[in-house]
Amino acid sequence: MIENATALVEELGKKFDYIEVNEQSSVIVPADKLLEFMQALKDDYGMDFLTNETAADYPSENKFEVVYNISSIEKGFTIMVKTSVDRDNPELPSVFPIWGGANWQEREVYDLMGIIFTGHPYLKRILLDYDYEGHPLRKDFQWKGGRE
Amino acid sequence: MIRTQEYNLNFGPQHPSTHGVFRLLLTLDGERVVKAEPICGYLHRGIEKLAESRTYTQIIPYTDRMDYLAAMLQNWGYVMAVEKLMGVEVPEKAEYMRVISGELSRLASHLIAIGTYSLDIGAFTGFLLAFRERETTMDLLEELTGSRMTLSFARIGGVAADAPEGWLDKVDKFMDKLPDCIDEYDGLITGNEIFQARTRDVGVLKPETAINYSISGPTLRGSGVDYDLRKAKPYGIYDRFDFEVPLGKNGDCFDRFDCRMREMRQIIRIVKQAIEQIKEIDGPVIAKVPKVLKPPKGDAYEEIETSKGIIGYYVVSDGSTKPYRVHVRRPSFINLGYLDEMLRGYLVADVVAILGSIDIMLGEVDC
Repeated sequence: MIENATALVEELGKKFDYIEVNEQSSVIVPADKLLEFMQALKDDYGMDFLTNETAADYPSENKFEVVYNISSIEKGFTIMVKTSVDRDNPELPSVFPIWGGANWQEREVYDLMGIIFTGHPYLKRILLDYDYEGHPLRKDFQWKGGRE
Repeated sequence: MIRTQEYNLNFGPQHPSTHGVFRLLLTLDGERVVKAEPICGYLHRGIEKLAESRTYTQIIPYTDRMDYLAAMLQNWGYVMAVEKLMGVEVPEKAEYMRVISGELSRLASHLIAIGTYSLDIGAFTGFLLAFRERETTMDLLEELTGSRMTLSFARIGGVAADAPEGWLDKVDKFMDKLPDCIDEYDGLITGNEIFQARTRDVGVLKPETAINYSISGPTLRGSGVDYDLRKAKPYGIYDRFDFEVPLGKNGDCFDRFDCRMREMRQIIRIVKQAIEQIKEIDGPVIAKVPKVLKPPKGDAYEEIETSKGIIGYYVVSDGSTKPYRVHVRRPSFINLGYLDEMLRGYLVADVVAILGSIDIMLGEVDC
């Protein structure tokens, strides 16, 4: 049985040849294999709790990085899974069918970062006004104010 | 069953039972809820965006403004993420000060939760009594940090100050008094027949649904899922304390309320043990950290258990003095994600009972 995050990440590295593990022990999955990998995480490894889902914008590399922190309730450890999305065509399959907890978190990422999650049942803005233009957490977002 | 024409009812955003500015668009069939659409964002200040143009230290006061009822726990989660990024070792005494002030914050938050919940149900006395003890807690926190609600007490590498003289004894004395107060609430609210009739078997949340929807905190534990980060993966020095995690059985509003009530008794246990142990420790309350913080390139995610659930901070550094990205996993926000299904089929009067039992904090929901 796998008892901690390090052992799990090691095991995953052996089992799935398409993933990469970086020096901070985060698992990097290509976007087209995301759903398959996540389903296996939940079904075969008991990672049943999607703690956190968010994204960061890297315009210099022309990508968004979507970050998932997934825990096991029984074992009490968390792993970080990352995937990259093309900045010009920000589309990613939703993990809502696997973890319901993605429901509002993906809406928030869509609202603030502008990543479209295909297969999400109700992808609508959640914090900002429905007719707001732009996605404020993108690095190229122009805003008034600030401290300059 | 007779079906009548469905109609919409706007609940909030300006409604006392929403505990802030939160709107629910209810679709009703007579008095039954057919569908409920939660609409939030009225208090959105863009803290995550603001954080990108502040230095690492300047962000601490912003975290206060999320869950301002338990500010220390918000500060703590953030500084833990930055400490992980920088590889800072926190002095032992600082860890104890964090536990004591953090648990007092949790107590203040739970007192508000049970007080306002009894007010939601219609018991005004419970509200007043809970605020009486909360006032003492606020006074203690004010003496320690100089502020009642927006504490900003945690620092990257430790805490702002050591306890003032005699403060620990005052906390100890208050903890001695508290069990009697909790007995009083139990007699007045928990054991009250009307209160039980309003909350039992209302808003039932099944354990597997709660896990699937990433619900955390007393809302998760009310459904009987044993997942408290202080026990499941102890951060800081929580492995040194002997305490229990109260669990519910049915996952209804009453169980969630009762979990908070019983958690308060565990807070007393933790604080008393911490006071006992801190007296034997001498040393600084903050590690030696540089004046200008420049964490190495990389990212870190840390999560702790607050009064509402799991708060997580994801911080990305690009090697400069300002973070590249800060994201907060807010428990109140995620706990609301299942509200629609939770409300379906219940009466309008139960909407207030169910929403109140989740104990949301709108500053945190909207961030």
